[in-house]
Amino acid sequence: MSEDPRGSFEGKHEFTVIGQPLPKIDAWAKVIGETKYADDLFLPRMAYGRLLRSPHGHARVGRVDTTRARALPGVYAVITGADLPRVRFGILPVSQDEEALCTEKVRMVGDAVAAVAAVDEETAERACRLIDVEYEPLPALMSIEESLAHPEVRIHEYGDGPNVHKNVSLQFGDIEAAFARADLVREDVFFFEGNTHLPMEQHAAVAAAGPDGKLTLWSSTQTPHYVHRLLAKILETPAAHIRVVATPVGGGFGGKLDPFAHEIAACRLSQLTGRPVKIACTREEVFYIHRGRHPVLMWIKTGFTRDGDITGCHLRTWLDGGAYGSYGVASTFYTGVINPVTYKMPVYKFEGARIFTNKPPCGPKRGHGTPQPRFALECQLDKAAEQLGLDPAEMRKRILAEPFTKTANHLTVTTIGLGECIDRVVEASGWRTKWRGFRSEGASTAPSEPPPEPGRAGGARARTRRGIGIACSAYLTGAGTAVYWNNMPHSGVILRADRSGGVAVLCGATDIGQGSDSILAYLPAEILGIDPKDVHVHPADTSLTPVDLGSYSSRVTLMCGMAAIQASQRLREVIAQAVARKLEVEPGALAFRERKVGVAADWERAVPFAQAVELAETTHGVLAFAGSYAPPKRAGKYKGGGVGPSPCYSYSACVVELSVDEETGEIELHDVWIGHDLGRALNPLLAEGQIEGSVYMGIGEALMEGQIFRKGVHKNPSLLEYKSPTTLETPEIHTFLVETDDPEGPFGAKEAGQGPLLPVIPAIANAVYHAVGVRCDEVPITPEMILKGLELRRQGRPARVGPARIPVFTFKAPVVVESAFGQPADAIAVRPFQP
Amino acid sequence: MMRLPPFTYLAPRTVADAAQALASHGAAAMLVAGGTDLYPNMKRRQFEPTVLVGLLAIRELRGVRGGAREGITLGSCTTLSAVAAHAEIAAHYPALAAAAGLVSSPQLRNMGTIGGNVCVDTRCNYYNQTYEWRKAVGFCTKKDGAICLVAPGSPRCWAVSSSDTAPVLWSLGARVRLHSPTGERTIPVEALFRDDGIEYLAKRPDEILTEILLPPADGWRSAYLKLRRRGSFDFPVLGVAVAVRMEGDVVRDARIVVGAVASQPRPAPAAAAALVGGRLTPELIARVSGLAAGPAKPLDNTDFTHPYRKKMTRVFVARALASLAGLAPAGWPAEEVA
Repeated sequence: MSEDPRGSFEGKHEFTVIGQPLPKIDAWAKVIGETKYADDLFLPRMAYGRLLRSPHGHARVGRVDTTRARALPGVYAVITGADLPRVRFGILPVSQDEEALCTEKVRMVGDAVAAVAAVDEETAERACRLIDVEYEPLPALMSIEESLAHPEVRIHEYGDGPNVHKNVSLQFGDIEAAFARADLVREDVFFFEGNTHLPMEQHAAVAAAGPDGKLTLWSSTQTPHYVHRLLAKILETPAAHIRVVATPVGGGFGGKLDPFAHEIAACRLSQLTGRPVKIACTREEVFYIHRGRHPVLMWIKTGFTRDGDITGCHLRTWLDGGAYGSYGVASTFYTGVINPVTYKMPVYKFEGARIFTNKPPCGPKRGHGTPQPRFALECQLDKAAEQLGLDPAEMRKRILAEPFTKTANHLTVTTIGLGECIDRVVEASGWRTKWRGFRSEGASTAPSEPPPEPGRAGGARARTRRGIGIACSAYLTGAGTAVYWNNMPHSGVILRADRSGGVAVLCGATDIGQGSDSILAYLPAEILGIDPKDVHVHPADTSLTPVDLGSYSSRVTLMCGMAAIQASQRLREVIAQAVARKLEVEPGALAFRERKVGVAADWERAVPFAQAVELAETTHGVLAFAGSYAPPKRAGKYKGGGVGPSPCYSYSACVVELSVDEETGEIELHDVWIGHDLGRALNPLLAEGQIEGSVYMGIGEALMEGQIFRKGVHKNPSLLEYKSPTTLETPEIHTFLVETDDPEGPFGAKEAGQGPLLPVIPAIANAVYHAVGVRCDEVPITPEMILKGLELRRQGRPARVGPARIPVFTFKAPVVVESAFGQPADAIAVRPFQP
Repeated sequence: MMRLPPFTYLAPRTVADAAQALASHGAAAMLVAGGTDLYPNMKRRQFEPTVLVGLLAIRELRGVRGGAREGITLGSCTTLSAVAAHAEIAAHYPALAAAAGLVSSPQLRNMGTIGGNVCVDTRCNYYNQTYEWRKAVGFCTKKDGAICLVAPGSPRCWAVSSSDTAPVLWSLGARVRLHSPTGERTIPVEALFRDDGIEYLAKRPDEILTEILLPPADGWRSAYLKLRRRGSFDFPVLGVAVAVRMEGDVVRDARIVVGAVASQPRPAPAAAAALVGGRLTPELIARVSGLAAGPAKPLDNTDFTHPYRKKMTRVFVARALASLAGLAPAGWPAEEVA
């Protein structure tokens, strides 16, 4: 490490704010209901909008007649795609395939074709029903298999083949030689059903076109910057005349990362009516907006030595992308590129394909593309450990990746706290005793008696079996590249101080509940020796705040945190110079704490912070300092090398203990132990909250959540019938924070908001197997699947439930690159915008 | 968001006034008590009344009278929370207290009433959807359409009876009192239901369910088990109500009624008859639970697969009987605390 990125400020680790379990700065407002979400905004003369959405899964759009709707009293404006520039857009430059209001085709039930602004929502809704749309239905393709089987029905005209959005193939090293070296080679097939984010806050937006011709959009978005850029393109309005403000987001999880039809329609309707226009989506519409977890079918082949070392791994993934591109190209890569970060995997081959279907488009959901292959890899490791006669926890510890090295696919890994994570959860859960103990009860691989027929147990005690399972994972702390190519900062902070003693932080970051506003208060407070309450955070306003790319890829704490540290240090330096002059000491001798600046040994003469700022303001003028951050440039030098690099990676280990009822197939979770390497807990309370939320979300994906379609329509687009766990299904969660003080992160911090979801799902599947000997190679694991597995066991057949076959599909010839496995990491602190 | 359409809300103080209001507005009016089911349905335009006759201001419809010895009378607007927490009911009609306590969530039990739960609209996952959703998938016979999407060949609607308390009241031999401008009548609770997803109540539109009458407890033991995906919120997709009267360790009388597997609660008389004269041994329970699954006719229009719900009928009947026999604690290890 050439230089400590934290600079001269801090070599010691004596913090006053960092590491404290402080409440979030917006906690009180949220608890008493004062937080103003987008749907809480009411502007004078505001109109209310609704979208008319397609009832067809796939159809040509003919004439759209809005005459009757326009004639309805109370209607201000009705627009169709003809009222918008004929511009296709998409979040990724390579997938410009969306229209806000479809003009030629609709590609899913829920595609918007028209929008209304009216005096109230009821009138707008009535007007929508008076719009006459002629549709010419086309066959709707509702699965990967259907889309591949019907190349003549093309959902889009672009892509890597008929209905194939993306086809990628990467190879690092000689995979056949790797398998030849192995003592055990396993091939397994897994399926991970798609699911949605389910944020409590439904998407909403308010647009106001001003008399000066400028436009403001307040929206519940995770990425005001990308929405800003795309609005300029879609509305053909200069970006300089558009302002996007992200309102506090009531849960995002990746579902508010694209520009959406309701935002664009609100803008256009406001421009046409001269009124502010609000469009708040219904829960059902949120299910159609989606951009959630891709359903992924996976084939994974891995070679192991008899000691459990991995010789090589070959993974194939097929993603059901839904109707549009969205982040899908990135999602496709993410189903492959993060797997080698966890364990020593010297040779790796990855083939992935994303297929278009006539369903709501999939995109990034917490863990973006990585929970699915993680489920496959960790379940396969469990099977291999059993075949090799190894304890699955010990086997994983043996094969941990090496810190400060490169992976086969050229990703640079810095600190790794996974070994400690495993130790902590193994210890706390009593893994060793339970893993052997439950087994010896005969419930598992070699059952001493067959499971009972359902209902035959009669009066006997309910037949439940206990099991325990383990899995691990890794996740990135911020994507190393933006979604569009540029060399500018990924995050910026402006820090302003004045004689009041207050400090204002301006940053484009969006708090989606993860606490980024709080982090932006804690870091300057720590560096300037003031209370977080003295810091005023102004986030996510494209007119006022420096660009931050958005709340995705677990990038915000690290990237805006580093920018905030840089800006704080610049401010501190100027204040220190002014105070040093007054006290006639060296600036380097000064300490900033307790809202004072002074020499520790002569603290009586310390200058109060407000007075210190006054001194600096007098000599320096207005105190406003900027900080910038961009990640180190480490993209692999091959096509596709831009997805996967991250400043650093977080690690998690999870143990789950559960019971399975052999008569009903029901699963009851008892305890989840999760260890997470987060570099440093800037606020352990917030970090634990993020980890518990991740565990909860993982439980839902493992046991019940699924985007299911029937007759071409989402089967259950409501909070009642789309089943997600309640507090009653949530077990005790025991969280262990493991600190590795990563040189890339702010005060050593890595991410904590996504990674901890990943190991929960395979740990549950592995625990189910441990309990009843049924391998569920598919999630969600339903009671019906358990009973099917038990029935197979009774028949003496392999008790595996999961996908039987993989699609007939030809992947591209691979990009073949030398494996970089084991090479030392590049110099750590070389990153742009450093002084 | 989805909003309620405009409507007139009447708040009569007496049953007579309510009956009069209902009669005078005819088909335009509906009754509402807690509104926990009706209002969401109105937001989705499944019901489009212009007048609602609210029952919550009628004091005589609230409360529990009597005791286990002579029988208990429940006002139809007694909240589900009150029924679940009532000590006498919990002690002598435990299945009813359990069923009331398993409806939806604590907040909804504080608003929802026992009468409302008995009369709750049948459910179907082709029907409990928004207007736009139903338009996309094709309207069904229960609302705006001509065919049943679950059983397209069938002339009738197969929406599912989704009351937790109805099968229990049936198994307990309860009666209900109905009031209309032309008079009052008291009928066995089973006579209140019809096996049709649309016309699921035999009550006349001008009748108000005012009281539920439980017979003397008289040595009856009862249990109710509910199948659903989660421990709260969810409607039943199978409910099993069993009641037995013991003489020593011999069953003298028995009733088994299964809910949420047809358009009305379904009795299992053959299974109940097989219990009478026997002891609740594991063998007898196994035989009876097989018989009890017969009347369960689930279709693919709720959560879980219908073969699974059918299969679970047997398991749940066995478990309910086992709990009455003292062979095992009933049902779920961790039930919701109201």
